[in-house]
Amino acid sequence: MKPTDLFELALFLVLLTALTPPLGAYLHRLFRDTEPVGGPAGAALERFFYRFSEVRPGQGMNWRQYAGALMVFNLLGVLVVFLFQLWQHALPLNPAGLPAVSWHSALNTAVSFVTNTNWQGYAGETTMSHLTQMMALTVQNFVSAATGLAVAVVVARGIARKNTRDLGNFWVDLVRGVLFLLLPASVILGLVLVGEGVVQNFSAATAATTLEGVTQTIPLGPAASQIAIKMLGTNGGGFFNANAAHPFENPTPLSNFLQMLAIFVIPAALTSMYGRMTGSRRHGWVIFGVMAFLFAAFTFLSLWSESVVNPLFGTGSLMEGKETRFGVFNSILFSIVTTAASCGAVNAMHASLSPLSGGLALLNMQLGEVIFGGVGAGLYGMFLFILLTVFLAGLMVGRTPEYLGKKIEAAEMRWVILAIVAPSAMILLGTAISVLTPAGLSSLANGGPHGLSEILYAFTSAAANNGSAFAGLNANTVYYNLMLAAAMFVGRFAVILPVLAIAGGLAAKKQSPSSAGSFEVDTGLFAVLLTGVILIVGGLTFFPVMSLGPIVEHFLLLRGQSF
Amino acid sequence: MIREFGTALRMMFLMTLLLGGLYPVLMTGAAEAMFPAAASGSLIERDGRVVGSELIAQKFTQEGFFWPRPSAVDFNPLPSGGSNLSPVAKQLRERWSERRALFAGRDDVPQELLFASASGLDPHLSPAGALFQVPRVARARGVAEERLKQLVRDHTEGPQWGFLGESRVNVLKLNLALLDLLSERNP
Repeated sequence: MKPTDLFELALFLVLLTALTPPLGAYLHRLFRDTEPVGGPAGAALERFFYRFSEVRPGQGMNWRQYAGALMVFNLLGVLVVFLFQLWQHALPLNPAGLPAVSWHSALNTAVSFVTNTNWQGYAGETTMSHLTQMMALTVQNFVSAATGLAVAVVVARGIARKNTRDLGNFWVDLVRGVLFLLLPASVILGLVLVGEGVVQNFSAATAATTLEGVTQTIPLGPAASQIAIKMLGTNGGGFFNANAAHPFENPTPLSNFLQMLAIFVIPAALTSMYGRMTGSRRHGWVIFGVMAFLFAAFTFLSLWSESVVNPLFGTGSLMEGKETRFGVFNSILFSIVTTAASCGAVNAMHASLSPLSGGLALLNMQLGEVIFGGVGAGLYGMFLFILLTVFLAGLMVGRTPEYLGKKIEAAEMRWVILAIVAPSAMILLGTAISVLTPAGLSSLANGGPHGLSEILYAFTSAAANNGSAFAGLNANTVYYNLMLAAAMFVGRFAVILPVLAIAGGLAAKKQSPSSAGSFEVDTGLFAVLLTGVILIVGGLTFFPVMSLGPIVEHFLLLRGQSF
Repeated sequence: MIREFGTALRMMFLMTLLLGGLYPVLMTGAAEAMFPAAASGSLIERDGRVVGSELIAQKFTQEGFFWPRPSAVDFNPLPSGGSNLSPVAKQLRERWSERRALFAGRDDVPQELLFASASGLDPHLSPAGALFQVPRVARARGVAEERLKQLVRDHTEGPQWGFLGESRVNVLKLNLALLDLLSERNP
């Protein structure tokens, strides 16, 4: 690591910390009430959305109504994305004349983009028409992020409100998140990225005649508009197959730095919004601190692990699957950022990382995507761990657990456990079934423990709604398309629905005044407990399978064994 | 529920129009107005013909050119990608040995020349990776090594803003400059 690398990391953390309070304050304002924020034009546009869609913005929803609206909109999204792919050959803006996508790949992709996973069993430049990329995929990049954002806002309202069933209006939260946060931010980031070299056009591929006289076909398309929201919405689905490693998606070290920052900026700001809405800004900072600590710790661990000498090649820090302009440092940093947040964009091929660096990417996802996490999803995932921590602390001292003035009772804890166990179960069961069936094993590219890691990574990435891959695995088969679609769906909605139920329950409770016996959640002690709970739950669930994958591979590598 | 479905349908329609239609179209217009070259792929033309993109590596096999990093997709951008081989894969070790043989089995080959890039289209080499190839190119072209070393140095970009990323040389631009140098010598 060069001294400038350390400077870059420090600057990254400083900028992230500095952006958190102002953006948090803005989000607070955006979702606290329904005052217009975008000036007269913005207000008119917002009103038009409500009038056209027959939404009564002042009308609150209870948690079941909120969940109902959210599910109807998301399921409709699956259908729309599915149909665009099946009919793309007959639709305009398909200059390469690409055929319809197979039904199972189309279904997988539809679920993938709606659940903010953006797992990609296909290669963008040879599968999706420009129209599909824009009208199906880009749209879901926005609205899936806005859906996550809405759920996080509802969690904060559940704490902040008392004796009410009103959690706000899903349609209002959706529209405001898109119009006044994601869209303007994407316009700015997208144009900056074009300035660095990201392509943005409607052309077909260009044929070039190389200096040695060979024809090279260079695919083009409206990439920047999709890549901006791919990062800001922690979606991660690439326009091109190589994702953020592709020079047209991520052409310079600066575009790389901005993309990493874009992944973290909204999830980080949500901790500040949460602190403001619940009346405990210090608690917001404690959450931010836990996230930042885990992020920094994993980054340094991964940098060390990547530098371990591989006896097969007599050197560490292999450049396999990495780009020259990013080098080892920016490849590792990106791999941690993208898996800590549930983004899933990659600027280096994770399958070729050293065993433990690949393992840390896996672990980031297995911890539940709470180290900043996805837009909204990181905060509401962390909320589940906070309730678990508060509950455990309550058990230790024998008092009814209480969180920010709300009593945490059996009903809440049941939902918490369901939401924490469901994605983990999908990961472990899916992996177990796949290693026992020919359909699961026939897609493997690597032998030895790396084969297990490939399958484990796929199910982890799907259930955690991350979307990155050990891409040696040929996942574009009927078996994997359907299994992973199921994992993505459960990993998304078996968390969102319990979270909404908990928020509904909490909003209905009264606010009990804090007393000397209340457990403080804005202290260093709480931060330590919370970190411990996250690591212990993740560790207990996944240590056995990790020891058969990345960990054993690490020790075999030290012995110079190959497969 | 039926009312919600109607709302969802209308909302999806509007969102698709705005985010899937208006947004990418206006972005394309703005991008082409502000950064026309970058928006359309940073293409390089010579004598009215497109010879490639500054950002996309192309295949060089002749001794008289600088070679880019190995590509798992053989420099065909449809589709891009890496090898996805694990660091303990036998196949990776075999490819590594084959690539070393291209450089006469020397021990000091900069490692990026032995390992495939992530995109398969990495347009850059490290300065060391370019300088290492100078003797071969100089021999094939009959140019003094010092001239070529200077050429590499002239085409080396440092880390962006002094601290972001790595020093690098764009291989296509370097080879174009090499051709210019030769045509100056033998007009």
